[in-house]
Amino acid sequence: MSRPPRRSGYFRTSYAQELALIGTRLERVSLALLAVALIAFPLVASPFALDLACQVFLASVGALSLMLLTGYAGQISLGHAGLIAAGAFTVGILFREANAPFWITLPAAALIGALLGIVFGLPSLRLRGLYLAVSTLALHFVVVYVGGEYEARRGFSTGIVIDPPRLGGLSITDNRAWYFILLAAAAATLLVSINLLRSRTGRAWRAIRARETVAEALGIGIAGHKLLAFVISSAITAVAGALFAYYRGFVSVEAFSLFLTIQYVAMVIIGGMGSLLGALLGAAFVTVFPYVIERALLALPGAQSYASLLFAVNYAAFGLVMIVFLMFEPLGLVGIWRRLQSYFLMWPFKHRPASGVRR
Amino acid sequence: MQLIVNIIVLAAIYALLACGYVLIYRVSRVMNMAHGELTMLGAYLLLTTASLFAGHPVTAIAAAVTLSLAVGAFVYLLLMRKMTGEMVLAAILTTIAIGILLRGLVVLIWSAAEQHPLEALRVTNPSIELVGGARISTCAALMVLMTVLVYGSLFAFLRFGRWGMRMRAAGQNPLLAAQRGVNLHVVYALAWGLSTLTGSLAGMLIALDSGLDQTMVVIGLKAFAPALVGGLDSLLGALIGAGIVAGAEVLAIHYIDPLLSDVVPFLVLIAMLVVRPWGLFGTREELGRV
Repeated sequence: MSRPPRRSGYFRTSYAQELALIGTRLERVSLALLAVALIAFPLVASPFALDLACQVFLASVGALSLMLLTGYAGQISLGHAGLIAAGAFTVGILFREANAPFWITLPAAALIGALLGIVFGLPSLRLRGLYLAVSTLALHFVVVYVGGEYEARRGFSTGIVIDPPRLGGLSITDNRAWYFILLAAAAATLLVSINLLRSRTGRAWRAIRARETVAEALGIGIAGHKLLAFVISSAITAVAGALFAYYRGFVSVEAFSLFLTIQYVAMVIIGGMGSLLGALLGAAFVTVFPYVIERALLALPGAQSYASLLFAVNYAAFGLVMIVFLMFEPLGLVGIWRRLQSYFLMWPFKHRPASGVRR
Repeated sequence: MQLIVNIIVLAAIYALLACGYVLIYRVSRVMNMAHGELTMLGAYLLLTTASLFAGHPVTAIAAAVTLSLAVGAFVYLLLMRKMTGEMVLAAILTTIAIGILLRGLVVLIWSAAEQHPLEALRVTNPSIELVGGARISTCAALMVLMTVLVYGSLFAFLRFGRWGMRMRAAGQNPLLAAQRGVNLHVVYALAWGLSTLTGSLAGMLIALDSGLDQTMVVIGLKAFAPALVGGLDSLLGALIGAGIVAGAEVLAIHYIDPLLSDVVPFLVLIAMLVVRPWGLFGTREELGRV
C-alpha cells in the first residue's frame, strides 16, 4: 500500500511497529477524533443527514469491494449491480420463502456472492480488458433477468417487501441503529481490505495488475488469485446488497439497473484508482452529489418548473463530472488530497527534494 | 413465414447498429458504450428536423443524418481525442460517461415523453403483404433495404476508398500509418462520425416504426452482442452475428418466453465468449492467454 507522505523522523525499528496500522501520535489522535465525530454524528444530525450517511456507508462497502477487484487486482467488472442484486434477492427470496432471520440470510448472501464470483471470474481466466468488461456486463443482465423472473412468477411484480431484521425480540427500524450497523459494516470491510492488501494475497493481486506475465514468472498462481479476487469482492458486494435490502425494506429489479454499476465504477474512478481512501471518498461524493444538485437546482428562481427535469439534470451533471475526472484528474479525489497533503508537508518549499525517492 | 420476416427485420436492426461498434473498434480499438445513446440522439435529431421540414421526409432524414455525422465527429474531437492511447478502462468509462451525459441532455431538450416522428413528418407507415401471408411495415422494409445499402457502401468504401484505406491502415498499425502521413485524429473522427451516422439511421427508422423514447438505448446496448459474436473488427462478422442473435432472440420470444428478449443476446454473447472470445470472424492477435 502506498503510504501517505510523512514528516521525517519516523523510523520503524521493530517488527511490531512494521505491523502496526497506526504508527504515530498524530495518527492515533486524528483517528480517535474521527471515531468520536462518527459516533457523535447521529446525536446531532437531522433524519435526512442520517439517511444520507447510511447510504454513504452502504456505498462504501460496495465501492471498497469493487476497488479490491478493479483498483488492486486490475480486473474490470461491469457486473457490480448484478452482484448487489444477487445479495438483495437472496435476502428477499429467503425471507419470503423460508421466513429466514438475518443471521441466516446474510451468510447465505455472502455464499451466493462467492459462488457468483466464481462464475463472474471464470471469464477473467481467458479474457482481459474489454472482453472481460463485456462478459461481466452480460452476466449482470442474466442475474437481473433471473431476479425479475422470480418477481414475476411469484406475483411480486412491484417488488418484494422485507420486514426489518429482528434482534432479540425487537426489530431494527430506528435510523440511528442502522447508522451504527452500517458504520460497523463499512469499518469492518475497510479493515478486512487493508489487511488483505498488505498480506500475500494483496501483493499477488497488485503484481497481477502490474504485469501478468511477470507475476506468473515470480511464482504467483494467476488463475487462483484472480478467482480469489472475484470471490472475495463478490461476497462483500452481495453482503452490501443484502444490507441494502434490509435497510430499504424492499427489493425490486428496477433498483439494479446498469446505472447502478456505472455509479459504483464512477466511485472508484472519481475517488482514485488503487486507493482504499479513494473508494470511501468516491462513495461519499457519488452518493451526496445528486442531493447537492437537487438543492442547487431548487434554489434557483422558478424552481417548480424544473422539478420534473431533476433526474435529467442529475444524469447530465453526473456524466459531466465523470468526464471531467477521467480527463483532468485521473488520480481522482485521492490525487487532490495527496497534493494538498504534500503541499502542507513541504511548506514553505514547493517540490519534493529528489524525484524517485518516493512517489 | 412471419417468423422469418421478424428475424430478418431484427437482424437488419442489429446489423445496422452493430456496424457502428465495429467501425470504431476496428479503427481505434475503443469500444463505444455510448452507441445506444448516440443512436437515440440521432432519432431525436430527426424529430427536430421533421418539424423544420414537415412534409419533406427525405429532406428531413438527410438533414438529420448529416447532423449525426457531425455530432459523432464532434464527440471524438471534443472528448475522445484526449483518451487516445489511455488504458482500456478509462476509454470505456469515458464513453459510458458520454452516454449518461447524452441521456440527460436528450431529456432536457426533448422531454421524456414518448414521441412519434412519423406524425411529425406527416407520412404513413402502411404494412406490405408479402408472399405466404407475412406482413412487414414500410419502415421495417426500408430498414432491411438500408442495411443492405449501408453495408454495401461501407464494404466498397473500406476496400476501394482513399479514406477507407487510411482507416484500415490506422486500425492495423496506428504508428506506421501516422508515419506514412495518415492524420490519425481525422481518421478517428471520421470513424466516429460514420459510426454515429449508421447508428442514427437505425435509430431514426426504429423511431419511425415504433415511436421514440428513452428505451431505445437498450436496443443499442443489445446490438453490442452481435458485434462481438461476429468479431469486433469484422464487418462481415457483424452482419452474420446480427443474423444469429436476431434468430435466437425471435425464436426464444416465440417459443419460450417474451421476457427473454432482453437476455438472449447476452446469453449468446456469453456462449461466444466461452467458446471463441474473438468472435466468428475477428482477429485474435491481442487476446493473450494466461
